[in-house]
Amino acid sequence: MQKITEFVAGLLFGVGLLLSGMSDPGKVLGFLDLFGSWDPSLALVMAGAILVGFFAFTMAKKRTANFLGGALHLPKANQIDRRLVIGAMVFGAGWGLAGFCPGPGIVSMFSRQPKAAVFVLAMAAGMLLFEAADRFIHQPRARHATNR
Amino acid sequence: MDSAAIVRATIGGLMIGGAAALLLICSGRIAGISGIFGKVLGADAGPGRWRLAFLLGLLLAAWAALAAGRFPAAHVQGGLLLAGVAGILTGLGTGLANGCTSGHGVCGLSNLSLRSLVATLTFMGAGFATVFVVRHLY
Repeated sequence: MQKITEFVAGLLFGVGLLLSGMSDPGKVLGFLDLFGSWDPSLALVMAGAILVGFFAFTMAKKRTANFLGGALHLPKANQIDRRLVIGAMVFGAGWGLAGFCPGPGIVSMFSRQPKAAVFVLAMAAGMLLFEAADRFIHQPRARHATNR
Repeated sequence: MDSAAIVRATIGGLMIGGAAALLLICSGRIAGISGIFGKVLGADAGPGRWRLAFLLGLLLAAWAALAAGRFPAAHVQGGLLLAGVAGILTGLGTGLANGCTSGHGVCGLSNLSLRSLVATLTFMGAGFATVFVVRHLY
């Protein structure tokens, strides 16, 4: 049952992305182009999404288990640090360059648009690179000492 | 912006919210695409391979639209190199920030998270600034 709802959630998310126009970088960049001919679509999409999401999260926070009886994995992190801000700046810059973010990129990957596929492959590379760098930087101190 | 686009944007947004809601209330999971994709990339499909199930649903939506000949037109600016650079920045940035437009923007804000608000305002600001530089300064 849970597998079905997870699959349907992905399907609904994808349909929402396509219907809303968010899979079209032109529309996304139109929103980010404040000083050009501004397209407010993205704001409407966000508002609609948060409208529904807010109810779900409000409900979830009052529970100890999800509706199918399993665990709730609400995010526990609440720190606002350099990682968050720098990461968001870097992500935002990438977003403003091509008008793709993870979801729309993946959804557009198999359309007749090679730039989406290139974006997703590069994103994958960026993620793997980040993971490797993060692991290296946070190596246990003992390991560092013996490397000298 | 015509009324049809307004309606589609709103309904599409409600669907995205609905999807996040469904994933949260039935699986207790956050619909953050960068995290879901990133973990699967690291061969971690999660308990019950939930991330894989979600991604397959996402891809099915794309395939269905393509098969029905109804995949929306995409107007991509720039070339393949730009797409590649954008992709790397997105991968690095979402990794550091631990979230993207769906994780922080939709789920985080729905969860009234200050951390996500800061992230969202920051990546939006960076997006605005980047487009300004590329389209109006360069």
